[in-house]
Amino acid sequence: MVASARILPLELTGVVARAFGKQLLGPVDLTIGATGLTVVMGPNGAGKTTLLRVMHGLRRISAGTVVWSVDEAVARRKQAFVFQSPIMMRRRVIDSIAFPLILHGVDKRSAKQQAKDWAIRVGLGHVLHDWAPMISGGEKQKLAVARALICEPEILFLDEPCANLDGRSTREIETVLKQAELAGIRIIMATHNLGQARRLASDVIFVHGGKILETTPADTFFDTPRTPQAKAFIQGDIVE
Amino acid sequence: MDSISSGLLDAFALILTLDSDLVEIVLLSLRVTVTAVAIAALIGLPFGAWLVVNRFRFRRYTISVLNALMGLPPVVVGLFVYLMLSRSGPFGVLGLLFTPTAMIIAQVIIVMPLIASIAHQTIRDLWAEYHDLLISLNASRAQRIKVLLWDGRRALITAVLAGFGRAIGEVGAIMIVGGNIDHSTRVLTTSIALETSKGNFAFAMGLGIILITLAIAVNLAIHSISRTERASTW
Repeated sequence: MVASARILPLELTGVVARAFGKQLLGPVDLTIGATGLTVVMGPNGAGKTTLLRVMHGLRRISAGTVVWSVDEAVARRKQAFVFQSPIMMRRRVIDSIAFPLILHGVDKRSAKQQAKDWAIRVGLGHVLHDWAPMISGGEKQKLAVARALICEPEILFLDEPCANLDGRSTREIETVLKQAELAGIRIIMATHNLGQARRLASDVIFVHGGKILETTPADTFFDTPRTPQAKAFIQGDIVE
Repeated sequence: MDSISSGLLDAFALILTLDSDLVEIVLLSLRVTVTAVAIAALIGLPFGAWLVVNRFRFRRYTISVLNALMGLPPVVVGLFVYLMLSRSGPFGVLGLLFTPTAMIIAQVIIVMPLIASIAHQTIRDLWAEYHDLLISLNASRAQRIKVLLWDGRRALITAVLAGFGRAIGEVGAIMIVGGNIDHSTRVLTTSIALETSKGNFAFAMGLGIILITLAIAVNLAIHSISRTERASTW
């Protein structure tokens, strides 16, 4: 499924992100390997979204380096991002899913056929010709996931993809993500949903106050958290 | 009061009998206005979108100037175009003065900033919505502009219609560069001005009714074709 030229590993060295004089993230040193499903966890405002956006190149860094194993322009083409609030284009569902392919020069008919296949895979077959902004919240998020996966990225970033979704929609999205992981797509997902992290994560990055406090296999993180903040977070206590 | 009512009756008679002079004036008005608005839209819409997606040194000033140009005085534009196209002007050799082409040029100059400015405001909102997605998908600047114009097309109709409204009702500039020559450059607005000054209120009234009807009809037709204000569409 994934093309041969691998863009991973990704190396973040001394990365700092500031906005309006406030340090939002860092300094961060992190290596993202080629396989697995990493869950970025932490309380609200910890820096999860900022970390994801820095890795994807959506946020400029104030210091440090973000280095892919290939040229940055090549790396950009092999990434996808699913936002917490799915961005719905003013198009029909099928056209919205096909959009990234058409943008990258794929023939319209072929793009629409692939979009149709993806829509059916994620359970959007019944709203194929509906206007994207008019479908339900769960369907919008599924659309966003399908639109991200249609270009067969090597790495997929997801920022709280199941926030505000009901159990059924969450399960459907998790199933798609598991399938994507099995297909060889590297997944980095921010969430503060502990249950979801336990179900999906192969490893966990725990962020607090803009700093990475733990980077560890998921089992280790949940069974024996090293920091008091992570312990409090897992126990559902207020993280100071 | 009598002159108004008799004027109205005469006006309807002219319209219903499809008076040849009236038809000629209406067709020329539409030709000049539609051509000018089409050219202004072709320039103004992409320029409005370009201003949204590009960051450059004098961007804020450019937007301010563009907004200010929405209120460009037509007589000044007329004078400028006149000087450019007159025999002693730089484009005098083209022999365009007192032709419909000169009127179109003047109207493009008047209408383009209006269309570009409204388009800029409309697309700015859409860009705020699409920004992260288009950056994430690595869309080029040209692709961003294309997507924003396409997805914002229904809202952009307002910009084009505003341009049409300004152009069809414009008199100052086209009077100067067109000369209001009978059977050549006489359009609805210049005719109304002339017929009123001659005391020929019926004809002026007839032209006025047609002008208003045309403006409303074009708006309704475009809204109908583009299916705005309907459920499930943008």
